[in-house]
Amino acid sequence: MKILVCISKTPDTTAKIAFKNNNTQFEETGVQWIINPYDEWYALVRAIELKEKDPSVTLHLVTVAGADADPIIRKALALGGDEAIRINTTSDDSFYIAAQIAEIAKTGSYDLILTGKETIDYNSSSVGGTIAGLLDIPFVSLAVKFELSGTTATITREIEGGEETAEVTLPVVVSCAKGVAEQRIPNMRGIMAARTKPLKVVEPAAVETLTHVVSYELPPAKAGVKLVAADNVAELVRLLHEEAKAI
Amino acid sequence: MVLIFIDHADGQIKKASYEALTYGADVAKQLGTTAEALLLGTVTANLTELGKYGVAKVNQVNNEAFNTVDALVYAKAIAEAVTTLGARVVILSHSQTGKAIAPMVSAKLKAGLVTGVVSLPATGSGFVVKKAVFSGKAFANVDIKSDIKIISINPNSYKIVAGEGAAKVVQLNITPGTSAIKVTGVDKVSGEVPLTEAEIVVSGGRGLKGPENWGMVEDLAHVLHAATACSRPVADSGWRPHHEHVGQTGVQIAPNLYIAIGISGAIQHLAGVNRSKHIVVINKDPEAPFFKAADYGIVGDAFDVVPKLTEEIKKLHGG
Ligand SMILES: Cc1cc2nc3c(=O)[nH]c(=O)nc-3n(C[C@H](O)[C@H](O)[C@H](O)COP(=O)(O)OP(=O)(O)OC[C@H]3O[C@@H](n4cnc5c(N)ncnc54)[C@H](O)[C@@H]3O)c2cc1C
Ligand SMILES: Nc1ncnc2c1ncn2[C@@H]1O[C@H](COP(=O)(O)O)[C@@H](O)[C@H]1O
Repeated sequence: MKILVCISKTPDTTAKIAFKNNNTQFEETGVQWIINPYDEWYALVRAIELKEKDPSVTLHLVTVAGADADPIIRKALALGGDEAIRINTTSDDSFYIAAQIAEIAKTGSYDLILTGKETIDYNSSSVGGTIAGLLDIPFVSLAVKFELSGTTATITREIEGGEETAEVTLPVVVSCAKGVAEQRIPNMRGIMAARTKPLKVVEPAAVETLTHVVSYELPPAKAGVKLVAADNVAELVRLLHEEAKAI
Repeated sequence: MVLIFIDHADGQIKKASYEALTYGADVAKQLGTTAEALLLGTVTANLTELGKYGVAKVNQVNNEAFNTVDALVYAKAIAEAVTTLGARVVILSHSQTGKAIAPMVSAKLKAGLVTGVVSLPATGSGFVVKKAVFSGKAFANVDIKSDIKIISINPNSYKIVAGEGAAKVVQLNITPGTSAIKVTGVDKVSGEVPLTEAEIVVSGGRGLKGPENWGMVEDLAHVLHAATACSRPVADSGWRPHHEHVGQTGVQIAPNLYIAIGISGAIQHLAGVNRSKHIVVINKDPEAPFFKAADYGIVGDAFDVVPKLTEEIKKLHGG
């Protein structure tokens, strides 16, 4: 059994969001970088659990990023995994990123590919499904529960207004949301071990980018809160009805 | 031609698809072309009625095999329809179904995809769409360079407009591929408004002290026909189900009205709700950061204010 977990690097959840160069680039100064929470807490931890249950599992991590992502990928290796692959390029196009990972996946012939539900910077929810489409294998989105028995995965996923459970024969790509696993903290042994685990750097395949970010913008600032006295709730209802026309 | 993907469950077309239809018809108008709909599977609704939302033609693949969604099977069928019909722009909703299907269609057609789109494209030079990024804290304007363009629109970001018109319904002959996925159970939260589709959301935080106090939140939601939500610690403590957790690591929503009760307004919470059109905050602490992101606020005790609010809304609705 071979598992590939897709790891991306994102700004910390409290990072100040600002842009530079005429709003064409994210302002990285002062930003702390973390492993995208969905990739770390759910996809990676679930894969580690599967390996703990069955030590014959091979667990690889992959990221599409520049060398600045090495500390993040080492941190992921400190949680678990046998080796990491960094595809040495960056892009804001989901198709391009997915195509790079699909190339690695083809040569590695993985039985299971796990991604996070979405990155907290681009919020695309696209990379996992695109990898599956390129490999022509099933994709299960927004998994909240994942069990494996032999070559059959039993997966519960989010659907509108509820959940659906299904059995899927491997290979499959699964995007992981809350519920799939519980967050873990790396321990000293893991951190030491991660230092000597292989981190392979490979150059990207020739792939076209299909989309391109032209500029960023911040939402318009709020006009400021209108406070209503706690003993005058009727006034709030009037404002919501007449001014906001929201009720 | 602009092709709009229609999503359905239990024989009914989903609200988000009406939004996609209105949006797609407007995109077609802007590009000086026609809009058509694509529906895989069977529904009880009368499909000619979709003409009211601006599509001239509804393409249906009338095959019950499509009534459960296997993203791979769906994506192949959609890609085939796009090619046969010669669509240039494909529009879906950025709903749970859209998140499963759209990226696979992008792979099958080698077509650029932008998800979470919030407004009409700028088509002056190129095809530039605005999408929500950084969990609602910013927007990116993204140019799609491929010939075929795929976009999925954020729920509640476009107003549904129904006018006159009847669509022609045409059957497409597309054979579903074999599925490697066997659905064994569906668990729907019945009778409730789905969180991502709700116009109004009433949400509670740790300030409500415990699960036994959610009655007043539900009463308020009930009179407003609203969905209920909560902050992360509330879901983590098991006071409320996980699917109600909104924020950066939970569900991201953009209702017309968001009412936050006993929630401090941490940055990770705001990331999931700050695209709401109007925000009301009820908190006993005047320094709560949420007030900075709010449109209306009451500094007060939720246990006092919320029941009064429910009563006043009942009065407004005439009962
Ligand atoms: C990586 C990361 C991701 C996170 N993701 C999320 C997320 O997705 N969603 C999320 O919500 N949080 C998230 N958090 C947690 C977040 O930082 C806050 O801890 C959380 O939102 C606080 O929840 P709360 O507002 O319910 O509780 P508190 O911060 O404890 O606030 C309770 C509020 O209730 C008020 N209050 C108390 N009593 C009353 C009363 N009687 N009447 C009225 N008001 C009262 C208090 O004044 C206070 O403002 C995340 C944190 C991290 C680090
Ligand atoms: N640059 C990247 N390198 C590796 N994996 C990625 C990268 N970007 C996204 N992913 C994976 O794809 C998931 C969805 O990302 P997105 O489509 O950008 O929302 C993430 O949670 C990651 O698991």
